[in-house]
Amino acid sequence: MTNAAPVDAMEPASEQALIASILAGERDKFHILIRPYERQIYRTALALVKNEAEAEDVVQDAVLKAYRKLAGFRGDAKFSTWLMAITLNEARGRLRKESRAAFDSLDERSEESGDYTPAALTDWREVPLAALERQEVCALIQQAVSELPETFREIVTLRDVEELSVNDTATLLGISVSLVKVRLHRARMMLQRKLVPQLRLAAKPEPKRRIFGRLSWL
Amino acid sequence: MALSCRHVWDRISEYIDDTLDPQVRAEVERHLAHCEICSAIIDSTRNIIIFMADDRVFELPLDFSKRLHARLDDILQHEFPELPGISPE
Repeated sequence: MTNAAPVDAMEPASEQALIASILAGERDKFHILIRPYERQIYRTALALVKNEAEAEDVVQDAVLKAYRKLAGFRGDAKFSTWLMAITLNEARGRLRKESRAAFDSLDERSEESGDYTPAALTDWREVPLAALERQEVCALIQQAVSELPETFREIVTLRDVEELSVNDTATLLGISVSLVKVRLHRARMMLQRKLVPQLRLAAKPEPKRRIFGRLSWL
Repeated sequence: MALSCRHVWDRISEYIDDTLDPQVRAEVERHLAHCEICSAIIDSTRNIIIFMADDRVFELPLDFSKRLHARLDDILQHEFPELPGISPE
């Protein structure tokens, strides 16, 4: 079996009503509440912990925590933002435990300062979305994101992978809107410099197989 | 004042998100009109941003959702959400 198709987020009012009924005892409805956000929280967890199995553990723990703490959810924030905040905390907690973050923070210092020279390839031609059908192209992008220092991975995942607004991202990370913009710019420039030369090579269409190759003697 | 390439590079992200002040945006556009290098840098950055938002790039592991809901089911059978101020059942 594969994963179910993504489920669209509900209207905030129906979501509030759903939360109320779960708290009133219809516990099974919690499944419906979190379905629209599974993909989003998984990708956020993965961006931080960089390992699929561990990201899955983070998601499970975050979802269970959200269920247990549901009564503490205040309707003044969006449920999705609240769930993402729990996920980020879980993921960061694991990073701290493994003290992987110590290495990352060194990278960040050097990345926050330095000037950027983007990859300047004047013969750049847009790589079509169809290139994403090829696993190696997706793998290059995943790899480039995973190699960013932690703060930049977070920002680019929230803004460009999950497409959260600048304001939601700032709230979630507890930083100012202007810092979101500065970090996002740095993260995108790092990705540009790394990915452009790679994508240009990888995205070239494979040469068409010669259908009549075996008949070339004709 | 004409912008240098380096000044344009500093504004790429905001240019793509369309959050630049209109006057600065116009200056960037004037630069882009004659600078092939900066145009290529902006196009390629935008291309990468579009790719990252595509669901095919960061796919869920097989049966991820099934495992999540199975674990959740187990908890839902046995636990109520914690109620502030009331001890658990």
